[in-house]
Amino acid sequence: MNYFPILSLLIFVPLIGAVFILAIRGEQEVVNRNARHVALWTSSAVFLLSLLLWAGFDNSTADFQFVEQVRWMPDFNIAYHVGVDGISVLFVLLTTLLTPICILASWESIQERVKEYMIAFLVLETMMVGMFVALDIFVFYIFFEAVLLPMFLIIGVWGGPKRVYAAFKLFLYTLLGSVLMLIAVLAMYVDAGTADIPTLLTHNFSASMQTWLWLAFFASFAVKMPMWPVHTWLPDAHVEAPTAGSVILAGVLLKFGGYGFLRFSLPMFPLATLDFTPLIYTLSIIAIIYTSLVALAQEDMKKLIAYSSVAHMGFVTIGTFTQTVQGVEGAIYQMLSHGVVSAALFLIVGVVYDRIHSREITMYGGLVHRMPVYALAFMVFMLASVGLPGTGGFVGEFLVLLGTFQVNPWVAALASTGVILGAVYMLYLYRRIIFGQLTKEHLMKITDLSKREIMIFAPLAVLVLWMGIYPSSFLDVMHVSVNHLIDRVETAQAASHALLAGR
Amino acid sequence: MMNEIPNMVPALPEIFVAGIGMALLMLGVFQKADDAAAEVRTSRMITRLGMITLVLAMMLVATVAGSTFHTFGGMFISDPFAVYFKVLILFASALTLAISQNYMENQGIARFEYTVLVIFATLGMMMMVSASNLLSLYIGLEMQSLSLYVIATFNRDDERSTEAGLKYFVLGAVASGMLLYGSSLVYGFTGTTDFAVLGHMFEGAHAPQASIGLIVGIVFILAGLSFKVSAVPFHMWTPDVYEGAPTPVTAFFSVGPKIAAIALFIRVMVGPFGDLVEHWQQIIVLISVASMLLGAFAAINQTNIKRMMAYSSIGHVGYALIGLVVANESGVRGIMIYMAVYLFMNIGAFACILTMRRAGRMVENISDLAGMSKTHPMIAAALAVFMFSMAGIPPLAGFFSKLYIFFAAVEAGYFALAVIGVLSSVVGAFYYLRIIKVVYFDPPDESLDTPVDRNLGLVIFGTAMIIVLFIAFPGVIIDGASTAAAALFAK
Repeated sequence: MNYFPILSLLIFVPLIGAVFILAIRGEQEVVNRNARHVALWTSSAVFLLSLLLWAGFDNSTADFQFVEQVRWMPDFNIAYHVGVDGISVLFVLLTTLLTPICILASWESIQERVKEYMIAFLVLETMMVGMFVALDIFVFYIFFEAVLLPMFLIIGVWGGPKRVYAAFKLFLYTLLGSVLMLIAVLAMYVDAGTADIPTLLTHNFSASMQTWLWLAFFASFAVKMPMWPVHTWLPDAHVEAPTAGSVILAGVLLKFGGYGFLRFSLPMFPLATLDFTPLIYTLSIIAIIYTSLVALAQEDMKKLIAYSSVAHMGFVTIGTFTQTVQGVEGAIYQMLSHGVVSAALFLIVGVVYDRIHSREITMYGGLVHRMPVYALAFMVFMLASVGLPGTGGFVGEFLVLLGTFQVNPWVAALASTGVILGAVYMLYLYRRIIFGQLTKEHLMKITDLSKREIMIFAPLAVLVLWMGIYPSSFLDVMHVSVNHLIDRVETAQAASHALLAGR
Repeated sequence: MMNEIPNMVPALPEIFVAGIGMALLMLGVFQKADDAAAEVRTSRMITRLGMITLVLAMMLVATVAGSTFHTFGGMFISDPFAVYFKVLILFASALTLAISQNYMENQGIARFEYTVLVIFATLGMMMMVSASNLLSLYIGLEMQSLSLYVIATFNRDDERSTEAGLKYFVLGAVASGMLLYGSSLVYGFTGTTDFAVLGHMFEGAHAPQASIGLIVGIVFILAGLSFKVSAVPFHMWTPDVYEGAPTPVTAFFSVGPKIAAIALFIRVMVGPFGDLVEHWQQIIVLISVASMLLGAFAAINQTNIKRMMAYSSIGHVGYALIGLVVANESGVRGIMIYMAVYLFMNIGAFACILTMRRAGRMVENISDLAGMSKTHPMIAAALAVFMFSMAGIPPLAGFFSKLYIFFAAVEAGYFALAVIGVLSSVVGAFYYLRIIKVVYFDPPDESLDTPVDRNLGLVIFGTAMIIVLFIAFPGVIIDGASTAAAALFAK
């Protein structure tokens, strides 16, 4: 095996950076500058490390790789156990990519308590990476829930006028979901006698227990996802969060739910999954159609994108629960591309917000005349969000619909209305902000993207196009793992059918 | 048996603490106290000596650790279970003394008797956890309570402090009376007060059915103990006493006596009445659920931070009692871990409260914390750590203590109790978050005084470190708790 502890480094290097920032003393100006630089360099180093991870990843096996295991809790059979497979490795990359971008995006917009802000982001990165690579269910839970601490502070301290409400809502909603999952985790531990995820993946829980466990996990993941009707925390959190907070929230935190479904609900509770698939379909279709319509009616740019996220996540849940290779791969792909695209869109909003300090759509119009580069960048991400062929968004949605159509054409038909509605609200948004006459007084002196901002958007735009034009570089990574996952689910379900038939 | 000289060794820590306590009292009395300055000097010296005494006592406790001794005709037991709790109690007392001195001097009530009383209360608590007879239990309890009544009123010119002490005394006396009455019923129906004999009586298949009188006796004992741990419905005194007593005393109340009483609770219910578990379990379920819910909901509307901490401590007792419902080794281990973590969180939080001083005067409203993160960034961060930990958010220690409790409940099949527990912890999270909100999100109005007393700073730093680093070194507390819990169930 590989003895270079790359995953532990990915988890703990940001934390070391945070401690380093904590130790910075001196004049306010100097401290702020140093804190920004330390945070940027730390997170960039982590990103480079994660590229090494990608390069060293073996596509041909579904096993967990780069595994590290250290005994941790006495008595309890809990270990610090981490590793990645084809499903999680790309999420790690997404996280490490977005963190330095977030820090760059906050370079000038955050002027107060810079030190604390940078610490919060680095701690957040630790938690997020840890969540994706955890192979012990308790370690997973700890990272999963600990994300709330920095997120609560980021929204609450650096957020907008209604930040307190939004921060509390985010915290309590997600906490309520997760504590039920904690009970389920404990029950699984008691039943299986281990907290090791690879072992739990091969453990067969009884059918009735699966139902309860599935519901408890669902409570947590549905809130994180977020699925209709527990999505209401998301628009509030997005609107109030600082730009970088929204980016991380949309880019990474929303993927926790989808990842959780793939890692736990599907392979560990295959029988319950079968029972609850209609429920998931229903909620997802409602989410797609309803939140798309809601998005259409929004006057606040961030809120609009927030609702569009809920709709896009509807595709993810449908794809996940089709239990077809295309559906699941589409779901993962959709999460990845949404992670990049929605992050970029929030950054796009952040650009004009930094200049005008308003997110009201009616405050803008005709920006193309003053900001041509901005208009171009916006267009790329807007079209990716719509799912235009040639962008990452298309591949994900297409695969999901392909998978769904094999299982249930009606669901596929209803879900595809979301594609149309998505085009409607995004193009409408784009027209109102970018096109038209430049008549508004306060927009006359608005400046185009700065070098720093171009540096932020260029890699994201390249990535979006790469994901659209040559998806194989990402699909190949997950292919074997997804096949393995589907195999396992189908075997378990077939075994239980055979058992029922034999009785 | 009575003619022999009993084996003193197991009780050495208690004898040491008792001896030094009296010596310190004498030393204090014979110091010249002509003026206020001399009085402060004396109190400083005695406090320092007191802390040294407690640390030495901790070492003595460590020397008798590892095995089980009975002495004084079975009245006194020293086992790993007792040792674990004694260490916690000594920590609580020593930390209390560390955070008290500065406050007492500022309030103009620095007198050496305070330290002596804390030491005697500590002695009482140590005897409580080592009691193996209903009589020695009662003596320890009263020794503790009487000292505590006095220090509750220690600011005797302050109306609230006097009221708190009086209330505590009257209600505490009622509780002690109930406990004593229960003990007498148990004695009347079984003919013994010895825990070991009682335990054997109900053991095995041929055990006699518990008579109604005995059950009533157990219920009375339960009520008395519930009062001491301030579990619902015997909690009414807690908010008033916590609010009225001098803040370091409140800090002490919230940990020391509570830990001792929980230890006693476990010792009595699991030891002599362990085989009657189906008779008393439902009572504990009710008390536990009621405490968790009341602790969660009643704290929401509090504006005074000490009152809020009172309700929070009621809630914490509710969680700890889940472990007693389960009444097996992993339940008891859960309680022991819970109390250890609770001790450090609470002392730390109260140390933060003690820094709330504006223009030399103590302030106690939650809103007074506004903007603390700007004026006292480190203390604000520590306070946030304590609050997140109390809310049970990983990766802080408070999460693990809840985890072990809920694990015990789930393992034994008490799913409903665990679900109620986690749901009320979400409600509880709301008011802990509110503190963080005030500290971090609200703009400062008038800033609190700087700088902070050095001792306070050290205690805050140390406890915060324990809470944060628990995740890295969980074995330190958990291993101790495991051995102690195993010892209690070893027959």
